[in-house]
Amino acid sequence: MVEPILQLKNLSVSFDTKNGEVEAVRDVSLTLKKGEILAIVGESGCGKTVMSQAVLKLLPKTSRIKQGQIIVDGEDITDYKEKEMRKLRGGVMSMVFQDPMTTLNPTIPIGKQITEAIVKHNKVSKDEAKKRGIEMLNLVGINREEEMFSLQPHFFSGGMRQRCVLAIALASNPQILFADEATTALDVTVQAKILDLLLDIRNKTGISIVFISHDLGVVARIADRVAVMYAGKIVEIGTAEDIFYNPRHPYVWGLMSALPALTKAGESLATIPGTPPIMLNPPPGDAFAIRNRYALAIDYEEMPPMYEVSPTHYAATWLMDEKAPKIKPPISLKRMEKE
Amino acid sequence: MMNSEPILSVSNLQQHFKINKDLTIKAVNGVDFEVKKGEVVGLVGETGSGKSTVARTIMGIYPATAGEVYFKGNLISDKGVYRKNKGDINKNMQIIFQDSAAALNPRMTIEEIITEPIVVNKLLQDKNKIQEKLDTLLMEVGLDHTFKKKYPTEISGGQRQRVAIARCLSTSPDLIIADEPIASLDVSIQAQIITLFQRLQREHGFSFLLIAHDLSIIKFICDKVAVMLHGKIMEIGPTEEIFTRPAHPYTQSLLSAVPVPDPIYERNKILIDYDARSAIEEAEMVELSPKHRVFNNFPSLVFQKLY
Repeated sequence: MVEPILQLKNLSVSFDTKNGEVEAVRDVSLTLKKGEILAIVGESGCGKTVMSQAVLKLLPKTSRIKQGQIIVDGEDITDYKEKEMRKLRGGVMSMVFQDPMTTLNPTIPIGKQITEAIVKHNKVSKDEAKKRGIEMLNLVGINREEEMFSLQPHFFSGGMRQRCVLAIALASNPQILFADEATTALDVTVQAKILDLLLDIRNKTGISIVFISHDLGVVARIADRVAVMYAGKIVEIGTAEDIFYNPRHPYVWGLMSALPALTKAGESLATIPGTPPIMLNPPPGDAFAIRNRYALAIDYEEMPPMYEVSPTHYAATWLMDEKAPKIKPPISLKRMEKE
Repeated sequence: MMNSEPILSVSNLQQHFKINKDLTIKAVNGVDFEVKKGEVVGLVGETGSGKSTVARTIMGIYPATAGEVYFKGNLISDKGVYRKNKGDINKNMQIIFQDSAAALNPRMTIEEIITEPIVVNKLLQDKNKIQEKLDTLLMEVGLDHTFKKKYPTEISGGQRQRVAIARCLSTSPDLIIADEPIASLDVSIQAQIITLFQRLQREHGFSFLLIAHDLSIIKFICDKVAVMLHGKIMEIGPTEEIFTRPAHPYTQSLLSAVPVPDPIYERNKILIDYDARSAIEEAEMVELSPKHRVFNNFPSLVFQKLY
């Protein structure tokens, strides 16, 4: 049994706004094992980014962790103050964001931005830091790394910049990497290469990755396990095979059948009606009920618990209850590759 | 619905941006294609391939450096002809942009935004008729009358894109150009908008030039696809042929990079890398089948005829 590097226990995060409390993350529990890539999937506003920000304590001042525990490498960091977090951030945990240009400082050479992270967390000499910085550029697949070391970000293309950001994030050997839509702004060809790079780095360093994305195709390529979030809650979690070949939550069915890639040409796309809810006043029952064709009466009244589908696979839908009618998933998710 | 009459025809289109006296960016460098009546044509390519510049040059947002754009038989890339046909062009060619928040005037209500083209083009004079048209348009794009008095900031991204579509339909155009219309929307909303485009295209029969980087969407709704790279079309042909038998190395690489929502397939997939080192600058388009052409910039490569 591989021990967990990150554990969230019943985590809830709320924002205080002038219109009331917005419950961005509601009662989320999950574990991330060492060397594992966990993908968090969901639409905008489902709480996937807030959840990762809560772990890194990068939340804005208007928000607070309402309940729950964050355990990193066996240590409860829920009540850590900024000073203690600074040691963790960049050291134990790192984050990569969507837009590399806003992450990087446009006036400082790439090399200096990488060594800054190294010097901050390790007691090393300047030369050693530089040596390690060049190693990092090499690790993320940047050629002529010594030359590139002294160039400013604007000399680099979008994909190269994202590689540089990765180099900074990985500079002081973190154990957990949060990648928040890290490939969304890139072209498909570049995206594919960055995904392969992440897999390669995981295999080389054994880092755990929380990969936040809305793109199910990308998730299929990279994830070992997948958690699907809706309205601040995890509605289904399991291995990639569980989620893609045997989804149980109607929201996941909806997401899958809305993909052109899984729909035959000439057939119309199945759409999920309506829009994701605003979390100002979340409905009492399953937040997805009003968009759900298969909603039961109880869905509107009571939140469904997590049902165990298999020891690796859990889904929060009343359809899993023994009293619920048996519904065949409206999608045939067979393996596409036939040989 | 479809017949052979081209509604839009672009030949040797070039758009060069002069940055300074040493540097000229050849954003579009000799592009030829046609959009027939009622046809849905997809334009794909990565960032900087010039696909949006093609759209903007067709629309007349930038004057073309060289080449011809024919719209319904008129050479609209010529200033004089453009001016003479301005009314017709404005009414019959519409564009939808990616960022609906930037495309819609934040100080106008939805009602004003949608009816503005009708008023400007003097398509309807009677106020009641305009209101009737507004109601039909809102209904067609799946919005109700409660939206009339709202402002663009008050509605969601998907709803804003619906408003942009309603506005562009208000003049009953012959050609709609959509530049990444769904790229900034959520997956479930993307599906709603694609379905909406499909339905509207079937009902109204307009020609549709769809620019996107998402190949799964192009595959899903386009009759014909053009793949662009560095300002040139690398391969153009019927969607099915392009996706099942891509001929150009770049198309093959692009198709292999598209992530498919199937973990086992994805894990075993091997990416095809596009190696441009042996590519040459000047080359000809080679015909593989009557509708399928490929840019022959790899002299060593012999393309198999498909017929």
